[in-house]
Amino acid sequence: MRLSDLYFLMPLLILVGAATLNMLVVAVKRNHKVIFGITIVAHLVAVFTLLQLNGSSYQIPPFFVMDGWGIFNLGLILLTSLFVTLLSYAYFEQREERKEEYYLLLILATLGACVLVISQHFMALFLGLEILSVALYSLIAYLRTRERSDEAGIKYLILAALSSAFLLFGMALVYAVTGTMSFPEIGVYLQSVSELPLLLLTGFGLMIVGIGFKLGIVPFHMWAPDVYEGAPAPVTAFIATVSKGGMMGLLIRFFSQADAYRYANLMLIFTIIAIASMLAGNLLALRQKNIKRLLAYSSIAHLGYILVAFLAGNRLGVEAVSFYLVAYFITSLGAFGVVALLSDTERDADQLEDYRGLFWRRPATAAVFTAMLLSLAGIPLTAGFVGKFYILASGVNTQQWLLVLMLVLNSVIGLYYYIKVIAAMFAQTKSVQERRKVLHPALSFASGGAMAILGLLLIWIGVYPTSLVQLIRGLLATFMTTF
Amino acid sequence: MILAWLIILLMVGGILAWIAGRFNANFARWIALLTTLASFLISISLWLNNPTTTVKATNWMMRYEVPWVPQWGVSFSLALDGLSLLMLLLTFFLGLLSILVSWREIKTKVGFFHFNILWVLAGISGVFLTMDLFLFYFFWEVMLIPMYFLIGIWGHANRMYAAYKFFIFTQASGLLMLLSILGLYFIHGSNTGSYTFNYFDLLGTTFPPAIGPWLMAGFLMAFLVKLPVVPFHSWLPDAHSEAPTAGSVILAGLLLKTGAYGLLRFVIPLFPEAAQAFAPWAMLLGVVGILYGAILAFSQTDLKRLIAYTSVSHMGFVILGVFSFNEWAFQGVVMQMITHGISTGALFIMAGFLYERLHTRDIRQMGGFWPAIPRMGVFASIFAMASLGLPGLGNFIAEFLTLVGSWQANNLLTIFATIGLVAATAYSLRILQKVFLGKNKAEHPLTDLSLREMSIALPLVVAILWLGLYPQPVLDRAKPSVDEQLEAYKKPTIKPEIPAQVTLQTLPADTVRLLNTKGGIHALK
Repeated sequence: MRLSDLYFLMPLLILVGAATLNMLVVAVKRNHKVIFGITIVAHLVAVFTLLQLNGSSYQIPPFFVMDGWGIFNLGLILLTSLFVTLLSYAYFEQREERKEEYYLLLILATLGACVLVISQHFMALFLGLEILSVALYSLIAYLRTRERSDEAGIKYLILAALSSAFLLFGMALVYAVTGTMSFPEIGVYLQSVSELPLLLLTGFGLMIVGIGFKLGIVPFHMWAPDVYEGAPAPVTAFIATVSKGGMMGLLIRFFSQADAYRYANLMLIFTIIAIASMLAGNLLALRQKNIKRLLAYSSIAHLGYILVAFLAGNRLGVEAVSFYLVAYFITSLGAFGVVALLSDTERDADQLEDYRGLFWRRPATAAVFTAMLLSLAGIPLTAGFVGKFYILASGVNTQQWLLVLMLVLNSVIGLYYYIKVIAAMFAQTKSVQERRKVLHPALSFASGGAMAILGLLLIWIGVYPTSLVQLIRGLLATFMTTF
Repeated sequence: MILAWLIILLMVGGILAWIAGRFNANFARWIALLTTLASFLISISLWLNNPTTTVKATNWMMRYEVPWVPQWGVSFSLALDGLSLLMLLLTFFLGLLSILVSWREIKTKVGFFHFNILWVLAGISGVFLTMDLFLFYFFWEVMLIPMYFLIGIWGHANRMYAAYKFFIFTQASGLLMLLSILGLYFIHGSNTGSYTFNYFDLLGTTFPPAIGPWLMAGFLMAFLVKLPVVPFHSWLPDAHSEAPTAGSVILAGLLLKTGAYGLLRFVIPLFPEAAQAFAPWAMLLGVVGILYGAILAFSQTDLKRLIAYTSVSHMGFVILGVFSFNEWAFQGVVMQMITHGISTGALFIMAGFLYERLHTRDIRQMGGFWPAIPRMGVFASIFAMASLGLPGLGNFIAEFLTLVGSWQANNLLTIFATIGLVAATAYSLRILQKVFLGKNKAEHPLTDLSLREMSIALPLVVAILWLGLYPQPVLDRAKPSVDEQLEAYKKPTIKPEIPAQVTLQTLPADTVRLLNTKGGIHALK
């Protein structure tokens, strides 16, 4: 450990500091506003320090590496977490439970995801994963008086623990064969053998279980709908974005550093997983009446789409994954943000019925939600379209026709249920539902502002993707040289 | 630049109309009307400022190009030639009429309605103008969503089903086109080293013989569904009959034309060899469409559904002509696009007028209306005559030219297509007979056309008569573009000596492959 390492780990240290500070403040006096403020400031400062690191490629042996890919993912995670925080304030202000610890847990979960994306060693990986998971257990069950919260929390706890066990066992097997836990050294070992030893393949297979669980891809997706439904809406947004994105970042780092793309077996496994995720996610979403469950299945399908780009296994593929992650994060945040915005003190607004005629009651909210759904469906003028285009381009470029055709087919299936929600929002309702009691305007300002920013970002990236492409290419330049 | 302004004008006008609609419904109507009128006047001035007689090196009247996503070779590229200009005029003409026709019909959410109308028009204008395949797909999709809302919000009873069907059919076929566009992009890129979506650059790309037909198939799917050609037509009767009048006019008059335009502009010049190989089948599909559409039209009881099936029949002529690959047929196709837009649009408007008075589209509940509403009867009979191809009206010229052209390509199929004209007479006269002749079934007194309705119908009559009596300006205008699309077919086809190289790697399991080389020489600038 050198002193200069601290400079590069600054974003993470700030999160640690903020978590500690929050804890101390809670001990002195509970105040939702103060904790909220500290959390926002911590995120902003972390992002600011991250900006200073732009363009660097720095090793912190043996655990971490701070390169373009890491910085990209850190930025994405921190900003996403910032938006989740913004959405949380109004949501939790309406609720009776003690709110302050929520922010503490949120910061810790973010920290875990951050550790995950810059790790290049199994120990760091596991450390990050567990910080993330443990924080998530309590976040999911945070509103524990709710009917489904406990169920969701316990379900996640058991399955996450199980998948961690698989992951650990897989790592142990890999360690047994290669004698190392660091990604580059595994890569070096793999270069030296002509074909994959069976034990190593088993190890990788077990690790895929652990990774697949966090990504929520078929056949490790069972938890997603229940947890999405039971968790508070901002937490659901967090699981859909940061938790999955962090794992995706790690997966790509592992595959590129260990150079695992060249094994047809592993690629075949991921091809099957990708196709199964797309199909299962979309088909199961068709008949959902619950918006959070619908979005859960849709996110299973979207991870399948991302895997298509991941399977391209070249620079264009990684670019496509990065771009899609950004688009998908904005979209998911926006969609769950709307759910959070519409939720009342009794329950989350998760039934399709809650959205019937929304456009004529709350046009702005409905417009944002429509834009988010169209983006999920991949319709032009939204970021989702450009993302899908990027993925298709990477698939066509590497001539993975099967995957590409499945993606097209699934986009069409997906269209059906996204339109279903949109159609409900635009339906004419006979009875004028009474307007929900609106919070103090200053309180919902954070949520409203966040939603407006997300909507504008969505359109901006959809209409003018150049700057984001430029940014991603610039950041990946330092990552890809290590390829 | 003026081309970009056309599209921007419509989009901004749409947003303004939406905002204005929150205060006063009439503001929205006027804003929409004036915006479309302005676009119409701009395109007329484009017509007047670019006389056809001047001999120029290029038939492109103007081009506008700015980089959009330079990393991918996407540019915001618009260009205008005779074909685009004709299509633009048709777009704004029908756009004006559809706004006028909704003046009384649409009473709820007027602002949002006009927003959708203007954005559909913007998307359609974009499709007719853009010369960049990425942008083309972009506009192709942009016009769908407002259309979906038009059908889904202001449509008739079964509107949600129709809107779903329309959206999913067109979206699915569009995605296949996107795959083909990407395939074209990468093949062109690996052949030449420059990765671009620019139409002019992609023209003349050579494909390995095995890949060309597949790429063409993607484009064809999008255009044949939109046109529609028979096995893919089932969205059309639902969408047309459930849409509000303005929606039906835009669907039949303009959206179907984007399919025909796509065939002419993209499929024909980009894939000369594959298109020639596919031509007999395409012509067969066209003839099947002509006869099938006509037979189904004859047996409908829903007036709008009947008119919808006549579109299926008429669009059969388009695909018949397109795949005849000669100037006669192409001129016929261009004429058919315009005259069908006008005559079918007019028939839908008539159906809309009847619906406003009777609140039914069922022709079994109609009959003997001529004495009550003679003016509407006269107009309707003119449009029905146009639809059956009476000489002197525009559709005759179109179908005549198409048949002359297709005769040179395929005698047998042309004979069958001609039978379609007879069938057209049958269903067109049936409309007149059932609605206007026979025993009067009106339960309450009907009002004849008002001044507003007359002012909608008259320009249509004038246009259809003008096209029938003096089509020469249109033919002159279209000629250079038609010639250009046929360029690839006039030259003796010289196959490249060495077929273009395909980068198709098949590697045995677990071989060592260097990552950086995968994906060809996809250049990252």
